[in-house]
Amino acid sequence: MPKIIKERRVQDDAWKVVTLAAGETAASVRLPVGPLLVPLAVWRARRAELIAREYEHGEPLGVWLAPDEGPETLLDDLDDFTVVAVHFPKFADGRGYSTARLLRERYGYRSELRAFGDVGRDQIFYLNRVGFDSFMVGTGRDATDALAAFGEFPEVYQGAVDQPLPLFRRRA
Amino acid sequence: MYRYDDYDRAIVTARVAQFRDQTRRFLAGTLPADEFRPLRLQNGLYVEKNGPMLRIAVPYGVLSAQQLRKLAAVTRRYDRGVGHFTTRHNLQLNWVKIEEVPDILAELAEVDMHAIQTSGNDIRNIVTDHFAGVADDELADTRPWAELLRQWSTLHPEFAYLPKKFKIGITAAREDRAAIRVNDVGLELRQDANGATGFRVFVGGGLGRTPLVGQAIRDFLPWPHLVTYLEAVLRVYNRYGRRDNTTKARIKILVKSLGAVEFARQVEEEWSHLKDGPATLTQAEVDRVAAHFAPPAYENLPAEDLCYVGFLREDAAFARWAARSVHAHKVPGYAAVTLSLKGLRAAPGDATAEQLEAAADIAEHFSFNEVRVSHEQNLVLPHVPLRELYTVWHLAKAVRLASPVTGLVGDIIACPGGDFCELANARSLNVVAELQERFENLHLQHEIGELDINISGCMNACGHHHIGHIGILGVDKHGAEFYQVALGGRQGHGLAFGEVVGPAFAADEVGDAVERIVGVYLEHRLGHERFIDTFDRIGLAPFRSAAYQQTEQEKIYA
Ligand code: SF4
Repeated sequence: MPKIIKERRVQDDAWKVVTLAAGETAASVRLPVGPLLVPLAVWRARRAELIAREYEHGEPLGVWLAPDEGPETLLDDLDDFTVVAVHFPKFADGRGYSTARLLRERYGYRSELRAFGDVGRDQIFYLNRVGFDSFMVGTGRDATDALAAFGEFPEVYQGAVDQPLPLFRRRA
Repeated sequence: MYRYDDYDRAIVTARVAQFRDQTRRFLAGTLPADEFRPLRLQNGLYVEKNGPMLRIAVPYGVLSAQQLRKLAAVTRRYDRGVGHFTTRHNLQLNWVKIEEVPDILAELAEVDMHAIQTSGNDIRNIVTDHFAGVADDELADTRPWAELLRQWSTLHPEFAYLPKKFKIGITAAREDRAAIRVNDVGLELRQDANGATGFRVFVGGGLGRTPLVGQAIRDFLPWPHLVTYLEAVLRVYNRYGRRDNTTKARIKILVKSLGAVEFARQVEEEWSHLKDGPATLTQAEVDRVAAHFAPPAYENLPAEDLCYVGFLREDAAFARWAARSVHAHKVPGYAAVTLSLKGLRAAPGDATAEQLEAAADIAEHFSFNEVRVSHEQNLVLPHVPLRELYTVWHLAKAVRLASPVTGLVGDIIACPGGDFCELANARSLNVVAELQERFENLHLQHEIGELDINISGCMNACGHHHIGHIGILGVDKHGAEFYQVALGGRQGHGLAFGEVVGPAFAADEVGDAVERIVGVYLEHRLGHERFIDTFDRIGLAPFRSAAYQQTEQEKIYA
């Protein structure tokens, strides 16, 4: 089973990420059984069907956002999701960091917020700060090694999701 | 000066440990080079032509004598004993070894220094006026604000992977000595009718391939909102700045495509959610930081010093130096003094370990332990009593820090260019050497008067060529080094970019061209007109025709 980092431990993970292969459309892509993280386009195209899966089969709902898909697109449905994931095709594309803060700080999203794609040890400290609480590290990256990231800094200057108060409001 | 407390120290020390581990993994082969690259850049480590280059942060250009000594020691121990000050008042070491960089950072941390965010697509070192706190034309000292922003931007979790680098400049003086309107964000400190402090906010300035002047998006931002407003600007940029084309990724392109009005609207909308949140600055914090920049224990001195006046009269060489290097100070009996890093046959901004140590000694004895770095790539002693100027001059002269050329032809601003930089189209230091030689005669330099020459080895404009009175840009023509010359650029509140005179010059023509351009000025100037005034009066045409004269003739005879 694939592994993720959650609650600062490496855990098994049952979620499958649905992607649209060439030639597939949101309307036609096959949705396998089990918990799914669907692309935003699939969520939009097949919202009723996905909600029915949850109601009738107890399959939890998950969606994932590409870097250019802001959280504004999900506002009406945020409470429905068990997991919202943000994709980082390249770790140097930092749009997902703003997406996470907006979800947590502005839109009140409280369930699991997952970073996946090209992320690992050297991104997790910041990702955790902006509100991600689960991490699927990229292929070729070591999840156990990545756990060290949480303890990298004993203090931080800015307020963010993990610590809403900037240092200057806490300085002794 | 700002002194670290246990919090600041803990953060910088942790950054050293983090980078040490990243370097270890890179050297062990478990962190691939392309993944290490953005990480090392966020810590100022480049891999250049001659090998790795480390850019050390000098936040807002302020250094203590102790820090200067540490820089000297590091330069000697880990490099070849020479450092290079940049136009963003950082210090570059060109000959470091990757495996030793963590040790360098650990040594720097001992004196409250680091290399955090001196490169990479993040918020860079904040620049301000090198005379902040002492200038007689300033409204307030900008250093506390720069330090507040240093802390806010340091290891900011949301803005570490921006579309491109992000530069902030602050000024509070009548004369803008920080070139704020060529920064991504420029902050001009002002006061409203009730005397409350705030900032005019400019965005979208920058040099490089598409030089643009920053546009005001807010006329008065009350100081408590400084950080929340900047977070709004950065968030809009982080989300919507272009990431598909690195030459179009700076915020200026976003501002240009949306228009300043629409960009401002989006920022205001974002800000409406952040305003008055926890990042709102408090009086207590501003006071805490400002206390670090309290004026030193100045003596009560007469505004005029008779010994100084006497030396000026008797020693012509001293007077010539003083005319260029001694600057007004808000406290009577004191001056700010430029220690020139523009020696003959030396690259602009280069300082040897001996010079750094000598500057530290002079600062300790005569300038309350403090040195500044200017964006003109010189050092500045911010508080020297007038009566000590003659001694300071002698001490500076002994280590070649007293070229009397500040603001003159010899005070060339230049990037390291093709001798060091991977991105260069052409060398810049060869042009510096050529011009230094042609204008070696100090009488001639003083006769010519104020003239800013700026040289960049490529479009990236690290030598700020757009804002030189004479701006020289290295270009590549079929693999050969050529130089495009522009005239009439300037920094300060009258900020303007130069106009290109015409086709680029070959490396062996550019010296002649500059000399002819200066000749046109000397021929046409009225009274004490500066180069830039004459240019404004007579326009580009006479310079253009003169610049190519010889070359055309040569073609005829060829
Ligand atoms: S202007 Fe170009 S050549 Fe000069 S330092 Fe910058 S990138 Fe290198």
